[in-house]
Amino acid sequence: MVIRKLLVANRGEIAVRVIRCARDLGISTVALYSDADRKLPHVREADEAIHLAGNTPAETYLRGDLILAAAVRLGVDAVHPGYGFLSENAGFARDCAAAGIVFVGPTPEAIDAMGNKVEAKLRMAAAGVPVLAGVTVNTSTTAAELQTHGDDIGYPILVKAAFGGGGRGMRIVRAPEELLDAVESAQREAAAAFGDGLVFLERFVESPRHIEVQIFGDTHGNVVHLFERECSIQRRHQKVIEESPSTAVDAALRSHLGAAAVAAGRSIDYVGAGTVEFVMAPNGEFFFLEVNTRLQVEHPVTECVTGLDLVALQLRIAQGEPLPREALEPVLRGHAIEARVYAEDVVAGFLPMAGPLHRMEIAGAGVRVDAGYESGNVVSTFYDALLAKVISFAPTRMQATAQLSNALRSARIHGVTTNRDLLVRTLEHDDFVQGVTDTGFLERNGVVTLGAGLASARTISQHAIIATVHAALSKPRRLGAGFRNVGDAGQARTWRCADQTIVVEWKQQRSGVIRAAVDNAELLVESVEVSESAITATILGERRTYRIDYVGRNAFVDSALGATAMVLQPRFADAAVAATVGSLRSPLPGSVIAVHVGVGTTVVSGTVLVALEAMKMEHSIRAPHDGVVSELRVEVGDQVETGSVLVVVDEVVQE
Amino acid sequence: MAVLQSLVDIRSEQFVINRASMLDLLAQHDAEVSKAVGGGGDAYVARHRARGKMTARERIELLLDEDAPFVEFSALAAWGTPFHVGASIVTGIGVVADIECVIIAHDPTVRGGTMNPFTLKKNLRALEIARVNRLPVINLVESGGADLPTQADLFVPAGNIFRELTLLSALGIPTVALVFGNSTAGGAYVPGMCDHAVLVDKRAKVFLGGPPLVKMATGEESDDESLGGAEMHSRVTGLADYFASDEDDCIRIGREIMGALNWRKLGPGPSRTATEPRHDGEELLGIAGVDLRVPFDTREVIGRIVDDSRFDEYKELYGRSLLTGWATIHGFSVGIIANAQGVLFSEEAKKATEFIMLANQTDVPLLFLQHCTGYMVGKDYEQGGIIKDGAKMINAVTNSQVPHITVIMGASYGAGNYGMCGRSFGPRFLFAWPNSKMAVMGPQQLAGVMSIVARQSAESQGKPFDEAADVVQRQAIEEQIERESHAFFNSGRVYDDGIIDPRDTRTVVGLALSAVHSNTVAGQRGYGVFRM
Repeated sequence: MVIRKLLVANRGEIAVRVIRCARDLGISTVALYSDADRKLPHVREADEAIHLAGNTPAETYLRGDLILAAAVRLGVDAVHPGYGFLSENAGFARDCAAAGIVFVGPTPEAIDAMGNKVEAKLRMAAAGVPVLAGVTVNTSTTAAELQTHGDDIGYPILVKAAFGGGGRGMRIVRAPEELLDAVESAQREAAAAFGDGLVFLERFVESPRHIEVQIFGDTHGNVVHLFERECSIQRRHQKVIEESPSTAVDAALRSHLGAAAVAAGRSIDYVGAGTVEFVMAPNGEFFFLEVNTRLQVEHPVTECVTGLDLVALQLRIAQGEPLPREALEPVLRGHAIEARVYAEDVVAGFLPMAGPLHRMEIAGAGVRVDAGYESGNVVSTFYDALLAKVISFAPTRMQATAQLSNALRSARIHGVTTNRDLLVRTLEHDDFVQGVTDTGFLERNGVVTLGAGLASARTISQHAIIATVHAALSKPRRLGAGFRNVGDAGQARTWRCADQTIVVEWKQQRSGVIRAAVDNAELLVESVEVSESAITATILGERRTYRIDYVGRNAFVDSALGATAMVLQPRFADAAVAATVGSLRSPLPGSVIAVHVGVGTTVVSGTVLVALEAMKMEHSIRAPHDGVVSELRVEVGDQVETGSVLVVVDEVVQE
Repeated sequence: MAVLQSLVDIRSEQFVINRASMLDLLAQHDAEVSKAVGGGGDAYVARHRARGKMTARERIELLLDEDAPFVEFSALAAWGTPFHVGASIVTGIGVVADIECVIIAHDPTVRGGTMNPFTLKKNLRALEIARVNRLPVINLVESGGADLPTQADLFVPAGNIFRELTLLSALGIPTVALVFGNSTAGGAYVPGMCDHAVLVDKRAKVFLGGPPLVKMATGEESDDESLGGAEMHSRVTGLADYFASDEDDCIRIGREIMGALNWRKLGPGPSRTATEPRHDGEELLGIAGVDLRVPFDTREVIGRIVDDSRFDEYKELYGRSLLTGWATIHGFSVGIIANAQGVLFSEEAKKATEFIMLANQTDVPLLFLQHCTGYMVGKDYEQGGIIKDGAKMINAVTNSQVPHITVIMGASYGAGNYGMCGRSFGPRFLFAWPNSKMAVMGPQQLAGVMSIVARQSAESQGKPFDEAADVVQRQAIEEQIERESHAFFNSGRVYDDGIIDPRDTRTVVGLALSAVHSNTVAGQRGYGVFRM
């Protein structure tokens, strides 16, 4: 069959990616959009778009019924589910088939088979794919039996209570002679804590790497692998940086991994793009984790090193074509690394961030950018906070790393806090450069350290000076601007950058050179060229071009020194905007899901007043002190921005 | 319009000497000005700040718009007198909420901001500038009132402050009082006379008599707050229109008052785009000399202050000791009258008269650039009618209705001072370069005249003439006149609006032109232009 019209049942960067590919193949496209997404690029890129009223995924991108109805109405031949949402929903795949529409992905059976993790593991073990061996033992298990189990599983072994969790009764056993003691004490502890002495033994992988293999199958019985990807840089089990090839995989290991992945695929007659995920020990032993029956977020690194377009391959296979020769005999060339740029506050615990994205410009030599947002979009709280994927490709890993960190360093991302600094610090970390990475990398090095702002104190103060000077010089100045015939009084502007307050004092001299000072450290600024959005200037004899955007009182300055976002402080405290005493503000953008108090309610310190939901996480707003609710500014369903006043609690003065 | 070419040789001996001596004078000027800027001295300023107060200049800086200019007047007021340089008051033109206005700030660190005769002169001049140019006035009030020992020179004329404030209001020129501290006795009328008053909580004291005086007068026990605090005046008398929680708040409110004035300038804005002069303004340091006997080419000055160095000279070949012509400065059209050779002859006087009438016919402000030793004397000139011609020029200057701005670049002697729109002829602004000298005549000439007169008197009375005493006398007179003609001396008496760095001339004149356009710019009508 021929796909003439494709509906992309997704949003953001993957929707853009699929739509562009389809367009290149002469396929017309249909996009979907929720209320919040109406201005995103994927909507514009498509030939047609279907509005799904509402915002939550359940109301919109998960509504298989609405999506299929639209597909039928618009005469769509096939649906590409992207990743997430309906991509691993076997029911949706079946509904597509029933409606006579091609689901671009594996069979519903394959999805089902891999969806049940326990069953999948058994199936893979049967197919000869290495899995983490495990066994459940009870108090009647003998010492000898235990030793046999131990030998079968292999050391080190993780001993843990079969019920419960939270690490109680967990032990790591590295040698056979320690096993018995460990199991007995775990049993005692488990019995005490959970009333059941059942204990589970499983092979423990120390310092694990996350290695996955891209596989592809067609309807003609071919299943191939397209080499591995390493995705060890993770935070809370979410991949952040991925690359191919892995520094820990040599040619021999690669063929082992590939063979195992192909075996996994064959065991379920896999069709389309899939990924077999493994956990890998430092000695190269690897064990099956799961099969993702879809295109992965990190597929571009495989595309770079193989020269294949995986989305195009998916579409060809969906049309019933066999895998082409270049996919059957893939060649691994060069090195590719992907970094995921998320709208999140790393240091605050990867708190998702939302709001207007005034500008997003990421570019650099040897860099590909797959973005779901563009300058001027608003990032909402309803979906994954992935703004863009930045992928570098170079002959060597060192070059790819340099290209990527350079592109990220020089990226101009204004308005929304991102993990850019974490990405750059990770890419420039010695361990990463050496290729010594495992899934504990971020935790071990500390996200607070890695996520710390890249801009140095010097960068911040120079950028504050530049923003001050540029604001004055970039527009027609009034007659005699800043002129004083008596005394030497200069002007001052106060900026806030992160948690710092920077006071810039400045005065333009008759020669045009500007004397500027922060904290009494004086320097001379000579403006070379000024435009509305940039200034080229010499500071301390160093010439740079600084690019500047203003949004309200915010100034975003980007230069070779780094990127800074600053807020101009008002000259006068405005009495009208001063916070009402006792008012509680929203710590993050989100929607109000519950209001537990009313005006006049007496509360004690710690009482939950309002609950907010942001990115599927619930945040409680609690009373900071005993008092009475005097104002309630929100109701259930309201969208609130960071800093919105939610509730005002008047403190009760104790007599 | 022709572009003025420059023949200045910055390596010439004259230029180098002029520049060095001008820089030396500017350094002396800065040293004197720093006394005014320093207020009552470090100890008093520190004590003032320790009370959480800003200095007069800090208040002004916060009041002004960002990147706004401030042209301060007569920083050397009271120079050469027993009073503190600056006369315990800061006045000038600045921009607040996009409105050019006159700012008058007491300096409370100098003898409590009390008023002496020079304070009064400076204050009244600032109010006059506001009235004639139609500029709103903002008073930053904190003054202990009159400097009582000088009341004889003060009390009677000081009534003019109240009179000027009410006149301004009647003319529709807004007046604002921001009261930061003492504003007592006579000072209490300042917020009382202004259209708008803002008082700072716990700081402003606005009453006719303080607790001690009340006690003496009536025996009543009272306190500052109940007699004249901000809260009392806000809640009880209504003298305060706005209650400010602190100094910052007071200035913020002052800015908001200005922003709400719905103010419009009456004169036209700049008619051309301002192009910087082609010649370097820095070179003005080396063009005019300190030795006023050495002539300099005024065209070199004009070429460094007018837009694009373009000057359309009128009657270039007639009366060549005086330059007249048209130009723009920061886009404002201006007619320039500049001495070229120092002396004014009949032709020059007639040329100036015609030119002034032309400027009035076309509503163009006039800029007088003075370097003038006076009207020519001698039989031929007297018989040629120099008095009548000089009178024509003075008549024209006096009755001209377009704004005049005068800059004294060098000599300002004799009736030349008058004809070239000296202080008595009401220029809207008058600034002097530090090398300038102003007197009825040069020191040597004056001493010489005195000597000749004395000799004639001795001869007519048949007395012997004491030659030795004459030498001493001449010397003493020369020194006295030299001292009294010095720019600092004249500026100290508020005979000008301040001494400016020659390099700032273009900016200061530009700001002055902008200020005069706050009012209607219209010339004298009635007769046509007389061809003299």
